[in-house]
Amino acid sequence: MTTAEIQATSPLFRMEGVSKRYGGVRALENAHLDVEAGHIHAILGENGAGKSTLIKIMAGVVAPDEGRMLLDGQEAVFRSPAAASAAGIACVFQELSLIPDLSVADNIAISNPPCRFGLIDRRAQRAIAEEALARAGAEDIHPRAAVKDLPLSRRQMVEIAKALASRPRILILDEATSALTAGDVAKVFAVLKGLRSEGLALLYISHRMHEIAELADTCTVFRNGRNVASFCAGTRTNGEVVEMMIGREYSNVFPPRQQHSAEPGKAPVLECRNLGWSDRLRDISFSVGEGEVVGLGGLEGQGQRLLLLALFGVLRGTSGSVLIDGQPAAIRSPAEARRPPRSMALIPEDRKTEGLMLPMTVRENLSFAALDRIARGGVIDRGKEEQLIDDMVRLLEIKTAGLDVPVGALSGGNQQKVVIAKWLMREPRIILLNDPTRGIDVGTKQELYRLLRRLAEAGAAIVFYSTDYDELIGCCDRVLVLYDGRVVRELEGDGITERALIASALNVEAAQEGTVA
Amino acid sequence: MSEWRYWLNEQRGTLTGLVIFLVMFTVYVANHPAGFTANVVHTAANKGVLLAFVAMAQALVVITAGIDLSVGMILVLTNCLASWIVVGGVMPTSLGVAAVLATGTLCGAINGMLVIYGRLQPIVATIATGAVYFGLALLLRPFPGGSVNEDLADALTGRLFGVVPSSLVALAAVVLLVWLPFKRSVAGRAAYAAGSSEPAAFMSGVPIRRGKFAAYLLGGLLAGMGGLFLTFFTYTGEAAYASGSAYTLWSIAAVVLGGVSLYGGRGSAVGAIFGAFAARTTGDMLFAFDVDPLWQPLLQGIVLMIAVSIGSLALLRVRNRLDWFQ
Repeated sequence: MTTAEIQATSPLFRMEGVSKRYGGVRALENAHLDVEAGHIHAILGENGAGKSTLIKIMAGVVAPDEGRMLLDGQEAVFRSPAAASAAGIACVFQELSLIPDLSVADNIAISNPPCRFGLIDRRAQRAIAEEALARAGAEDIHPRAAVKDLPLSRRQMVEIAKALASRPRILILDEATSALTAGDVAKVFAVLKGLRSEGLALLYISHRMHEIAELADTCTVFRNGRNVASFCAGTRTNGEVVEMMIGREYSNVFPPRQQHSAEPGKAPVLECRNLGWSDRLRDISFSVGEGEVVGLGGLEGQGQRLLLLALFGVLRGTSGSVLIDGQPAAIRSPAEARRPPRSMALIPEDRKTEGLMLPMTVRENLSFAALDRIARGGVIDRGKEEQLIDDMVRLLEIKTAGLDVPVGALSGGNQQKVVIAKWLMREPRIILLNDPTRGIDVGTKQELYRLLRRLAEAGAAIVFYSTDYDELIGCCDRVLVLYDGRVVRELEGDGITERALIASALNVEAAQEGTVA
Repeated sequence: MSEWRYWLNEQRGTLTGLVIFLVMFTVYVANHPAGFTANVVHTAANKGVLLAFVAMAQALVVITAGIDLSVGMILVLTNCLASWIVVGGVMPTSLGVAAVLATGTLCGAINGMLVIYGRLQPIVATIATGAVYFGLALLLRPFPGGSVNEDLADALTGRLFGVVPSSLVALAAVVLLVWLPFKRSVAGRAAYAAGSSEPAAFMSGVPIRRGKFAAYLLGGLLAGMGGLFLTFFTYTGEAAYASGSAYTLWSIAAVVLGGVSLYGGRGSAVGAIFGAFAARTTGDMLFAFDVDPLWQPLLQGIVLMIAVSIGSLALLRVRNRLDWFQ
């Protein structure tokens, strides 16, 4: 066959019988995948289904144990990320691959900086960065800004611009929109559709079904390291796809809400009065009763995260007051916040830095927040520790090869369970959650929703920030929508609708919306 | 306007180092009996330049999130070597200088090999190589002695046009010829990237090994330059263990004063130079105040502590406690 014939008959990229094992765990088994130019190919699957391994093999990060890859019909072996990049494969990783101390322009050009006389040509680099940012629709980001000073959503846009700057033929996006604002997602989608019409092959990995429905031409579902089905987008219902992913029937994602009625005369567990901080939080007042789940909604970066940090004693110089059980509580540090009778817990946004000590074991991570409860006179009571940990691992169904493996070796969803379990070991009465389901799979999400409800029924007061509107609608008794550091709207019960949430997130006149809580 | 702000943000560490140095040097000069004269500046420059070379060497390695505890011993070794071979006419002297610098570079390269290819912890690897380098120095010069081409020594430690210390000019030339090209090269970018986030650098296909190796190698070269200048100042070679250790430790203080983050990825060798001059001034200041020698080490430590605290003043303004840990 001539080269032209090969190109006509075989896809741009093909994976044949690829397997990868980590120790005893089969991450990928006999995987097949065809990637066509000019197509957006969605990869679906729970965490631990083998998607990440698949991408890492394509990106040259890990080498497969068996099988082979074909690029343009030629066998391709990538010994390093640089080799894959040179072959035209670019990745936007879920675990951000940006270098925090370097500038945006430095990062965008990092894989292949423009050089003159052996030195990096900063003017050319700046031009490349500006063009890439413009292509990604992120002109608002200054090329000289340090990446570490940018919020998560901006960093993710830089990551996308960086991938575009390498002019790839195959672009892989791994949960690339998980931290983006709705406006950015729309821009990125437009960019991706443009790339598709330019003839690029795109692999799109996401847990968000509506994104896949909007973008994908082809879908492949992975489960337990195998590709279980490939089909044209739109030929299966969401329910069918989810069933393929989790291998069991998918129903009742959200547990039913209990009818909640506060005991008359009893003070709310947590109450905020005119809370303010700098110019980022203004005049926030709300209360959370026993057994209540109060959501925080709105666009990203409107003060939701700061509000949780303020409640948890991380911010200095807050104004207004916080009352617990009707008593004023001046909380000056996380250590004070978690101490009984306040018993607060904060599940942080970034489990890798604020939630876990990745190289330490599951056991150690689980006991950290509860050391004072399991120690007597400064010495850890191993028996008690063991028992508490066992209870937690069982309660949350944490899947781990053992308690003594580093927590970094667990899948994202299981890591998040460890973060939550670590705080549950203290039996908290007030639980603050900062977007806890970001980048975790449907199955684990579902378990978390049920857990939240159980905790609320057991009497906890829960404040739950989520960037996912479906979660706020499904889980919360009430939702406070924040805009520019203020609570602009409070939605309740059936008034919590996607329409109302979006309208108030954008701070559109409530009167036009009709449903007023 | 906004470009200016980004520049300021990039240079914050280096500028902090400059400010600390200027403040301390002003206090020193104001209390010096002779005041701000060419002589006082000349002496201060010559003392500062030695530590400046070693601090630049340390900065290069610290930027990769490593540390080099052998820099002081490379200085001692190259000093001892120079006292043997940087002698005679133009030709032998030039060859001698080249051999001394090559030795420093080789020492750096050995450190780099052990850390990068041997995968040893930088702190342990360089303690070991430092001991080896000192051992070699001792074999070269069991007793202090030797000599150096005095014409060259005087030219490089004297004054240009009667006012500018030529050691400072040499230091500036090294910044222009070694540091700036490194910083703007792909290897330099890789060194910063590896120091800031090695996994992210790996994922981005950055030549991490080349970057780190270049940092250790150039660190050896710079420490070797320090050794050469030490010989020019003293006209002799001496395998002084205490002096080598002191240079190593003070180089770490100097990079911190100069705004180089010990966590890697942030700072510049220029900042380390300011840090070195500031660190040197802490000692000189006590002379200017005519402090009892018995009290000097204690007071110098306190002055250093205050100087390092100036760099951390910004932490007091932090309103989000999580920023403390960044």
